[in-house]
Amino acid sequence: MKALLIRGGRVVDPASGLDAKRDVLLREGKVAAVENPGQIRAADAEVCDAKGLVVAPGLVDIHVHLREPGQGYKETIATGTAAAAAGGFTSVCAMPNTVPVNDAPETTRWMQAFERKASAHVFPIAAATRGSMGEALTDYAALKEAGAVAVTDDGKPILDDAMMLEALRSAAVLDLPVIQHAEDTRLTGGCSMNAGALAFRLGLRGMSVEAESNLVERDLELLKQVKNGHLHVAHLSTRKALDAVRAARRAGLHVTCEVTPHHFALTEERVGLYDTNAKMNPPLRAESDRAAMVEGLLDGTVDAVATDHAPHAAHEKEQEFDRAPNGITGLETALGLAISILHIRHKVPLAGVLALLSSRPAQAMGLKRGTLAPGAAGDVVAFDPADKWVFRAAESRSKSKNTPFDGWELQGRVRLTVSEGRVVFRR
Amino acid sequence: MVEIRRPSRKARKFSAPSLFQLPIHPGSAISAGDFSVAQVRQILLAADALEREDPLRRARRLAKRRVALLFYEASTRTRTSFELAAKALGADTTLVSSLSSSIEKGESLRDTGITLKALGAECIILRSPYSGAPYLLAQATGLPVLNAGDGMAEHPSQALLDLRTILQLRGIRAAAVNERCLRGITLTICGDILHSRVARSNALLLTKLGAKVIFCGPEKLLPENATEIGPGISIERDFEVALRRSQMVMMLRIQAERLAGLKIDLDDYRSRYQANAERIAACAPKAPVLHPGPIIRGMEITSEVADGPRSAIAAQVANGVPIRMALLARALKGGRR
Repeated sequence: MKALLIRGGRVVDPASGLDAKRDVLLREGKVAAVENPGQIRAADAEVCDAKGLVVAPGLVDIHVHLREPGQGYKETIATGTAAAAAGGFTSVCAMPNTVPVNDAPETTRWMQAFERKASAHVFPIAAATRGSMGEALTDYAALKEAGAVAVTDDGKPILDDAMMLEALRSAAVLDLPVIQHAEDTRLTGGCSMNAGALAFRLGLRGMSVEAESNLVERDLELLKQVKNGHLHVAHLSTRKALDAVRAARRAGLHVTCEVTPHHFALTEERVGLYDTNAKMNPPLRAESDRAAMVEGLLDGTVDAVATDHAPHAAHEKEQEFDRAPNGITGLETALGLAISILHIRHKVPLAGVLALLSSRPAQAMGLKRGTLAPGAAGDVVAFDPADKWVFRAAESRSKSKNTPFDGWELQGRVRLTVSEGRVVFRR
Repeated sequence: MVEIRRPSRKARKFSAPSLFQLPIHPGSAISAGDFSVAQVRQILLAADALEREDPLRRARRLAKRRVALLFYEASTRTRTSFELAAKALGADTTLVSSLSSSIEKGESLRDTGITLKALGAECIILRSPYSGAPYLLAQATGLPVLNAGDGMAEHPSQALLDLRTILQLRGIRAAAVNERCLRGITLTICGDILHSRVARSNALLLTKLGAKVIFCGPEKLLPENATEIGPGISIERDFEVALRRSQMVMMLRIQAERLAGLKIDLDDYRSRYQANAERIAACAPKAPVLHPGPIIRGMEITSEVADGPRSAIAAQVANGVPIRMALLARALKGGRR
């Protein structure tokens, strides 16, 4: 592999606190050097001019659905990671709700195989229970050995107290986080949007805030009983649940959490006239909850912006609202939304935004990624932080186009993505 | 108050359109909230004129136009009156119901709509168990869609015929319909508000014309935020208090098919919310009693009240055909392909 010299950019590496003009040399898949402009001599390297661009560690998305194995009509690991690369992501954590469920080491290995033609590093997250049925734990040691970085039953949260406690305990021994999609599904049967006046008006059944916060609070109680336990709360969407996480963090519990771009960018109003591209789980919430997500991102309670990239075929989404599946794509809009909303509107420093998209999520999942320290994986994104562009779903690299952000003007556009020293996207 | 944001033109301009950004035919009638007061007046005037018109003349208005009735849920009144209305205007009608059609084989609403359009349907009347389904059908076909009831959301033709009934009861002519014509009238809608598309459409429509609406029912069937769908709507949980404040009352059945596991103590419900002769005589002896049907005798309403002198139920049903003629004429006006 040819060495790559990324020259003349503004290097922002939140992990080391660096924010200055630097040249970056990648060699043999790793960061070889980060030096003052013009200092690096590498005659053999391909030179990439990054003048006017921000050069940062490749972004890390700890919550994506790549749909393989089993649902290649929605997305494949190849198309999903191509979308990731286009969005500046070089590491993605793949959720286990595939067909079959990723509850066995063979599946975990299959997802990481060279034949999948991934453009970003895939870190599988394995099922916490067999078949995600909530009845018997999977073999965490074997799954970790096969490459799993966490366990979860994602869309089928573990409701049984004893089972969740056992999962937290077993994972703690192996230093694995347990990720919970916090939804008390006993309270959300038939629900398709946020509970409230709008749901009443539209004649849709609503998911209450409590369906999320109750389970977060239950999980935090269980976490107290587990030595070295690590709970990661997926896609937080309500103020109440966020407050519970904040308090638990202060009390010293090892709890981390993530928020999706759509939960800090949109409210339930986006459902409009039953637009299924605004249907996801957790649902878009009220403005006060959206504002709380921004607060949590600003004050550090939230560890990561994660997309919950959930591709679905057009024919699945072009259905009655109650019948359409939950989820939207998100890999190609995350950086633009984070810059437009968190950096421009809410004045979060660029390094802070990038930390939420790289170093901090990497840390939450224990990935050795998200930094440009010499010797680290050669994962780099270079983007123009001033470029205003219009996102068009039709041009997405994802196999599916189910996004509520079609036609949105975003600021900050990826120009170059390098994964382990290899250019995987260039615009 | 909740407002529903419509897809913006700006979004449409930029994108390869998502189905949900496509326009809706202006002849559609999907939400009672969409009608302006002027439109309501026009529909009511048209209903009057069509009702009076010579049947043979009337039958030339939509002669040989094709109207499809697409029914995913059971219906007696709505289906029959839409069908009679279409036939009265001379249209050819065809009924597609979920049993006995390819819907049973798993055909989607979108594909069924496209199929009906290819068969020459110029207007589709849709009843669906799914809220919002008429928007999807309208966007998928580009045809005018008349909502014959969608899930828990809306039933605009029912609200219009209820309005016509109320105007007749008060002796208000269609030409006099304006923002204030129902001032001084309070209607209590009692029962399973949560699952009722009739309650939503009526509340949205009647309050536009100055009426006040009181929703009445137990908490499980009537959430507090129901008042936020529009101005002029309040909640009173005590049926007798609500009746005393009302000039009219509309009873609703408990929608067993939509309870989704909700448990209701029916004896308790009857004792609190049933429209029976004693209660009506004591609290609202002069109030006409409406009911969109189907009625469950002995549950929300007794036979004495349903068949009594103040019952407006038959008048409501009779108003179905003229209102639906007006909606069909409006939908197909100048829309010949």
